[in-house]
Amino acid sequence: MSSLSYFISRLLQIIPTFLIVMVIIFLLVRALPGDPAIAMADAKATAEQLEQIRERLGLHEPIWVQFAYFVKNVFTGNLGDSILMKAPVTEVILERLPASGFLALYAVLFSLLIAGPLAFVAALNRNGWIDVGIRSVFQIGLSTPVFYIGLLLLTFLAAQMRWFPVGGYGTTFWEHMYHLLLPALTVALYTSAIIMRNLRSSVIEVMDAEYVQFARAKGLPEHVILGRHILRNALISTVTLLGLSIGNLMSGTLVTETVFAVPGVGRLMLDAIFARDYPLIQGLTLTFAVLVSLIFLLTDMIQAMLDPRLRVS
Amino acid sequence: MTSSFSLRKSQLFVLLRPGFLVGLAILLSSIALALFPSFFAPFDPNAFNYSALKQPPSAEHWFGTDNLGRDTFSRVIWAYSVNIQMAFVATIFALIIGVTVGSLVGYYGGIADAIFGRCVDAIITFPFLVLVIAVVAVLGPGLTNMYIAITLVGWVYYARLMRAEIMGQLANDYAAAGKVMGYSDRRIIFRHLLPNAITPVIVYWMTDMALAILLGSSLGYLGLGAQPPQAEWGVLIAEGRNFITTAWWLSLMPGIAIVLTGLGFSLVGDGIADLMRPRG
Amino acid sequence: MLENAHITSAHPRILDVKNLSTSFDVAGKQLKAVDNVSFHLNQGEVLGIVGESGSGKSITLRSIIGLSRRYGEVTGEVNWQGENLVAMLERDLRKVRGKDIAMIFQEPMSSLNPLLTVGLQIGENLVEHTSLDKPGRRRRSIELLEMVGIPDAENRLNDYPHQFSGGMRQRVMIAIALASNPKLLLADEPTTALDVTIQKQILKLILDLSKDLGMAVILVTHDLGVAAQTCDRLAVMYGGKLVETGATREVLRAPKHRYTMGLLQSVPENIEPRTPLFSLPGTPPSLMNLPLGCAFAPRCAHSVADCAEKKPPLIGEQHQVACFNPTNSGEATKGVA
Repeated sequence: MSSLSYFISRLLQIIPTFLIVMVIIFLLVRALPGDPAIAMADAKATAEQLEQIRERLGLHEPIWVQFAYFVKNVFTGNLGDSILMKAPVTEVILERLPASGFLALYAVLFSLLIAGPLAFVAALNRNGWIDVGIRSVFQIGLSTPVFYIGLLLLTFLAAQMRWFPVGGYGTTFWEHMYHLLLPALTVALYTSAIIMRNLRSSVIEVMDAEYVQFARAKGLPEHVILGRHILRNALISTVTLLGLSIGNLMSGTLVTETVFAVPGVGRLMLDAIFARDYPLIQGLTLTFAVLVSLIFLLTDMIQAMLDPRLRVS
Repeated sequence: MTSSFSLRKSQLFVLLRPGFLVGLAILLSSIALALFPSFFAPFDPNAFNYSALKQPPSAEHWFGTDNLGRDTFSRVIWAYSVNIQMAFVATIFALIIGVTVGSLVGYYGGIADAIFGRCVDAIITFPFLVLVIAVVAVLGPGLTNMYIAITLVGWVYYARLMRAEIMGQLANDYAAAGKVMGYSDRRIIFRHLLPNAITPVIVYWMTDMALAILLGSSLGYLGLGAQPPQAEWGVLIAEGRNFITTAWWLSLMPGIAIVLTGLGFSLVGDGIADLMRPRG
Repeated sequence: MLENAHITSAHPRILDVKNLSTSFDVAGKQLKAVDNVSFHLNQGEVLGIVGESGSGKSITLRSIIGLSRRYGEVTGEVNWQGENLVAMLERDLRKVRGKDIAMIFQEPMSSLNPLLTVGLQIGENLVEHTSLDKPGRRRRSIELLEMVGIPDAENRLNDYPHQFSGGMRQRVMIAIALASNPKLLLADEPTTALDVTIQKQILKLILDLSKDLGMAVILVTHDLGVAAQTCDRLAVMYGGKLVETGATREVLRAPKHRYTMGLLQSVPENIEPRTPLFSLPGTPPSLMNLPLGCAFAPRCAHSVADCAEKKPPLIGEQHQVACFNPTNSGEATKGVA
C-alpha cells in the first residue's frame, strides 16, 4: 500500500522534468535553419507531403500551439516517418530496442560480476598491495575510452584469435549471448571502472559502521556479519551506483554498438545523424530520456524495497 | 578574506606521492608535445610514402605506417595539439558560464532557482553523450560544433555544483554580515562567496578535462568531432578500424596516447582534489 | 594472585585487566591509544572510566572484548573466568562476546542495523548464544523488550530501528545486549547522544538491571556528573593512561591527580550564579605525539622537574594515583561533593 503511493508520488515528480525534456527536444529541431518541415521530410518529398508534415507539426500555428501538437504526437506515439528507414519512427525504434536492451542488461550483469567482488576484495585488503593493484588497473580503465576497449577486444579476440564474431546480433537467445559477449564486456569494463571506485569506499564505510561493530560485539560469526550486516547494506549502495551510472551505461552501449556493428538504437542514432534523419534523431533522443527516467524510477523502487527507511507510511 | 586555497602543511605531502608526480610528468610532456609537435615528430605527418605502406611497428616507424605510408607515430604526435586543446576549449566556457549562472541562481534563489532546478533535472535525464550527439546532429559534425555542443550541455554540471556551494556559503554568517554592512550584491557574490565556493568546482574541472579528451576522441572516432584528414586520436583510430585484420597497429597505437594523457589528467586531478579537501 | 581476599569475599573479582595496551598504525606512525592500563572489577560492581574524548577510554573497552584487534595491536592481559581474552582465538572469544560480556554503544541510531527488524537483531543474538527454538526466542525477545521498558513489545518486534525514538532505541540496544544474561556489561557513553531527561531514565535502567541481574558494569563516559551518580568506583583516563582510580566517593571528595581536580572544578554544581566557570587550560594531547613524560604535564600548573621526563607510575592501595606531585588530601575542592 505504502509502496504503491510512493511509486505514484515518484511518477508524479517525473512529469515536470519530462515536460522540460520535451521542450529541449522540441527546440532542438526548431533550432535548425530553414523550414522544419523540409528538415523533417525526405529530400524527394512532394509539396503535398510537405504540407502534411506542416499540418502534423502545426507549423501554421504559433509556437506554443506547435509545442502542444508535439506533446500530443509524442503521447500518441506519432513521431513521424524516418527518412532513412522509410517507416514510422516508433516502429523503427521498437524494432531496434531489443538488441540494445539485451546488450545493456548483459553489460550490467558483467559490471556487477566484475566490480562487486573486486570492490569487496579491495575493501577487505584496504591499502594492501592487492587493493592498490586493483585500483591502479581501474584507474587506467577510467582513462580508456569505450571505443578503444572495444577495439582492443575486437582486434585480439575476434579478428586475430577468431574466438568471437566481429559483429552482428544473431537470432536465437544463445546466439545473442555469443555475439554480444565482447560488446557487453566492453561496456562492462567501462562502467565497472566507474562503479568500482565508489563501491569500494561504500563497502569500507559499511565495514566500519557501528552496527557492524555492534554485531561483532554480539559475538556473531563472521559469515553472518558479512552476509546479513555488510552485504545487504552494500547492496543498497550498489543499486544506487548502478542507477547513477545509467547515463554512462547508455553512452557506452551507443558507442559499443558502432564498434561491433550491433543493430541497436545507438548505431541507429549515428546512422540517423549522418543521414540527417531528423524525425528519427528526435524520436531516439526522446527514447533515451524516457529510458533513463524509467531506470531512475526502477532504482528508487528497488532501493525502497531494500531499505525500510525509504518506505514512508 | 581567507582564501579557500589555504593549505595545511600536512596536506602538501600529496604533491610528493608517486601517482601525482607521474601524472604531472605525463601532463607536462603532453603539453610540450602539443606545443612543439614538429620538434618531436620524426616524420612529416602528412607525407605519403608509397614504398612503406602498412608497415608494422619497427625501429624506424615506432607505431608503423598506414595505408598511404604515413608514419603513425608522427601523426599521433601531431594530434596532441588538437587533443590537448580539447581538454581546455571544451571545458573552459562551460566553467565560466556554469560558475556565473550557478552563483547568480544560488545567491538570488526564488523563481529563477526553481526554473533552473527543473532544467537541470531535465538535462541530467539525458545521458551526457546522447545530448551532445543530438546537438552535434543539429549543428553538423565538426570540431567547432563539437565544442559548442559540449559547452551547451556541460555548463549545467558546473552550474549545479556552483549553486550548491554558494547556497552552502550563504548559510555562513559572513555573507549575512556583508549584507548588513551594505555591500553590493555583486561585491558579496564575486569577492566573498565565489572564492570560498569555487574549490569543488575547480576540482571537478580537473576531472572534466580528462573526460573532455576521452569524449572528444570518442566523437572523433564516431565521425562527429574532428574530421579527416586532420590528425586526431579518435580519427586515427577510426581510420585504422578498416585494417584491424591486416594492420592492427593503425587503430591500437593511437589509443596509447589517449590512455596515457587521460591517466595524466586524472592523476593530477586526484592529487589536487586530495590537496583541496577540507580535512586530510 | 596476591589479593586472594577479594576472590573469597562476597563480591569476587570477575575481571582483571593487566598492562593492557592497544596501538594502531596510522600513516606509518604508531598511535598508542591505550597505554599499559591495569584495573579490576568485582561481581555486580559499577566501574566508571572517565576521560575526555581521545583519552583512550572507548578503545580500552573495545580492547577488552577483542573488537580492537582487527584494527591494531593489543597486548597485556584481560583475565576473565580464568582465561586471558587477549590471547584467546577469535573463534573462542566469540563465545564470550555477547554472551558473558555484552557491550552497548554510544549512538543507538548508527549501532542498530537500519535494514533489519528489531526482532531479528535480538533474535540473532539468541540463536548464537542460547539453545532456544524459534517460538522460544520470540518469547524471550518480547520479555527482554518489556524488561527494558518498551511498551507494546510484542507488536514492536517487526519494527525497524528508525521507527523508534532515540531513548527507545537505546533501550532496544540494551535489550539486545542483555539477551543472554551477561555477567558484565560494557557501556560506551550510553547516554551521550540522548536528551538529559532520557539520559537519567537510561542510567537508572542500567543500574536497576545491574542490581536485579547481579551484572557488573563498566561505564565509559566523559561526563563526571553521570559517573558520580552511577558508579561504585572510578578510573580516570588521560592520554591513554589511567591517572587515578578509587572508590567514587574518595575520588570525588579528595582527588589526588591534578587532572581529576581540574575536571571536578569544571563541573558547575552547587555554585553561586554568575561564578565564572573553571576550565582546564589547553587541550588534550594528540595520541599521535604524546609528551615524553606525564601526558598532562603541559597543562598542569603544579608540574615538577620529573613530570617532563618520566611517566609517573600508578601507585597506591585502594585509591591509586599516577602523579609526581599529587594534591594534599587537605586541599579544598569545589564542585561535586
